[in-house]
Amino acid sequence: MAVYEKPHALIDVPLHYCPGCTHGIVHRLVAEVIDELGIEGKTIGIAPVGCSVMAYNYFNCDMIEAAHGRAPAVATGVKRADPENHIVFTYQGDGDLASIGMAETVHAAARNENITVIFINNAIYGMTGGQMAPTSLVGQVTQTSPYGRDPKACGYPIKVCEMLSELVGPEYLERVTVNNVKNIRNAKKAIKKAFQNQIDGKGFSLVEVVSSCPTNWGMTPKQALDWIESDMLPYYPLGVYKDRSAEEKEAE
Amino acid sequence: MSAKNMLFSGFGGQGILFAGKFIAYKGLIEDKQVSWLPSYGPEMRGGTASCSVIVSDTPVGSPIVSNPDILVAMNLPSLDRFESKVRPGGMIFADSTLIERKVERDDVKVFYIPATRMASDEKLGNLANMIIVGKLLKETGDYTEDGIRAALDKVISAKRANMKDTNFKAIQMGADFGE
Amino acid sequence: MADKILMKGNEAIAAAAIKAGCMHYFGYPITPQTEIAAYMAKVMPKIGGTFLQAESEIAAINMVYGVASAGKRVMTSSSSPGVSLKGEGLSYLAGSDLPALIVNVQRGGPGLGGIQPSQSDYFQATRGGGHGDYHMIVLAPASVQEMAELTVKGFELADTYRMTAMILADGTMGQMMEPVSIDDLKVNPAPEKPWATTGTQLSREHNIVNSLSLVPEELEQLNFKRYERYQVIEENETRYEEYKVDDADIVIAAFGIAARVSKNAVDEARKLGIKVGLIRPITLWPFPKAPFKKAAEHAKAFISVELNMGQMIEDVQLAIESKRPVTLCNRAGGMIPDPDQVLSAIKEVNGGIA
Repeated sequence: MAVYEKPHALIDVPLHYCPGCTHGIVHRLVAEVIDELGIEGKTIGIAPVGCSVMAYNYFNCDMIEAAHGRAPAVATGVKRADPENHIVFTYQGDGDLASIGMAETVHAAARNENITVIFINNAIYGMTGGQMAPTSLVGQVTQTSPYGRDPKACGYPIKVCEMLSELVGPEYLERVTVNNVKNIRNAKKAIKKAFQNQIDGKGFSLVEVVSSCPTNWGMTPKQALDWIESDMLPYYPLGVYKDRSAEEKEAE
Repeated sequence: MSAKNMLFSGFGGQGILFAGKFIAYKGLIEDKQVSWLPSYGPEMRGGTASCSVIVSDTPVGSPIVSNPDILVAMNLPSLDRFESKVRPGGMIFADSTLIERKVERDDVKVFYIPATRMASDEKLGNLANMIIVGKLLKETGDYTEDGIRAALDKVISAKRANMKDTNFKAIQMGADFGE
Repeated sequence: MADKILMKGNEAIAAAAIKAGCMHYFGYPITPQTEIAAYMAKVMPKIGGTFLQAESEIAAINMVYGVASAGKRVMTSSSSPGVSLKGEGLSYLAGSDLPALIVNVQRGGPGLGGIQPSQSDYFQATRGGGHGDYHMIVLAPASVQEMAELTVKGFELADTYRMTAMILADGTMGQMMEPVSIDDLKVNPAPEKPWATTGTQLSREHNIVNSLSLVPEELEQLNFKRYERYQVIEENETRYEEYKVDDADIVIAAFGIAARVSKNAVDEARKLGIKVGLIRPITLWPFPKAPFKKAAEHAKAFISVELNMGQMIEDVQLAIESKRPVTLCNRAGGMIPDPDQVLSAIKEVNGGIA
């Protein structure tokens, strides 16, 4: 029988995240995958600007803190510095990846850069205290959309997986969530595949994790997980949006 | 003369920059101090082209030639623009196939060479530039066959070795012109 | 000694970078420096290196940040508007104490400006270029040979002091051809970089490359430490060239192309019996204060010759503690002063002090 342990790739320190935040779950999944694939010694993680800015204090592998939105460019540099021996992942939020860093995201995907991207979509800017994100839902109340997101003024939330799936470049795009045990297991499978793809040299793999932010959503942790189900998932459907190797295999 | 300040000017595609580079290389091979500075920007994509070339016995200061000792003008706009800039006592080499007017100044030595016509008559393609270069070398006392051959080796890649002979022929033709 | 060849300044930078062991280049096309990218695109794939045309200047500098984090020699190049975009990355490189080489082949500004030579990014370069307290080592070549030599030196200084070095050239330096010898360049290999993020191999604590420091007491100490290092650089790495300064009544300050133009003017003025000399800063940061201070003991006046509206002139005034008048002789917007203009300035200043 397996004993429940802290993954080796996660440092045994208290996380700074709010109660009910799903960053802790995703950190753990990433760390478990790094352990299971035996790649901690060659992994370099890139932390974003946002709530997970201090992820460099939590992962046991080498870590780099990037400028806001630039993680895919930094990851590109680290990967190209030694493609054979570096496993590189970025861990980014929605403001970082889909707003200020959208160009870096799209072009890393278009180049099929052989990196792994973990994308936390919680539809809000957490670190700065709850402002509208590029993924905030229509009508969602935030500090900078106090009357609810109005599409006439600020357009519609960006569906990152769908958008990137139109590119020829990327290898693998999947949207998962972590609001219940079954979904957490699926999320881990996706994250593992995203790292395995890199090990196999297949290229750009992004896993979008629909996540919760009870603090800034103004909900209890339980309400927040329910809101994922009732409001987030209808707009952000789970599933595989691109899996080039699988598609090519099928075509044969 | 311890320094020759030269200005090559013409249309893009006439080999202006190449001619300047050849002269600079020839100077380098003959242990002179040299510099080559092109005009750059949108005009180099087909409009006018010019380059400053300095060949000197002493280190080159400013690489910019505003008042040349020697002007090569391969089209009318070039002559119009630079004629007045040439230092008194300097030289102007003009392609008289493309420039119908005469130089107005009387304090400079002028050489009219119908280089474009000569190149086309002799099936030398677009080597009018090198015909003028030949005349320039002759008139400045720098016509040294070894130096010319060595410089051609530098500016023409081995892949286009056959071009070396045609370039040499063009230079020779220019040097012999008017003799 | 290897044969000298004619090379454009931009190409010399690229060739020298490779000679210095730089195997990674990231850039974005912009005149008048694109020859650097073109050279890298041609050569890097053949030697197993990286050439990548990034989606933006911002991405390029962050790719540089990535390679630098992994401990390898790396560079990017651009021209003025592109360097502004890199400003964010320059600040992060400084904050994370990462070595890298940045090339700015300046053009006239502000805004999109023009494409002709300029020195109007002097303030931006010597004051850091991005937000926060920091410096870059700024090297100002005045010949194609120096473009090559200072490129190598830039990598070495960057590695030694764990900071960015910038080559601050201009369109003339980038576009002109002069004889250069790449093979003869002497290169010190990169030092060990135990701080680099290359994977722990499970044999050490994890390394973190980071510029975030939320405790002000700690961040203050980091800034103090960095400036202690800058002090050492000021003492050991300041470079300049002096030309006929010893007996000069008038001393010209000029760097890069402006220094070459000024040298001609100095020679002409000397023929007229005017005692004039030239101090050419090679490092713009650290600025060579000492030779200016020394010259101020005998020189009666200074002239700063610049391709901008007067930027280095402030450093000259600071260096001589405003004890002598400093006159500006300049062109801007892509124009270059000619020796006659500088000579006129010399004559005018000479009239004033006679």
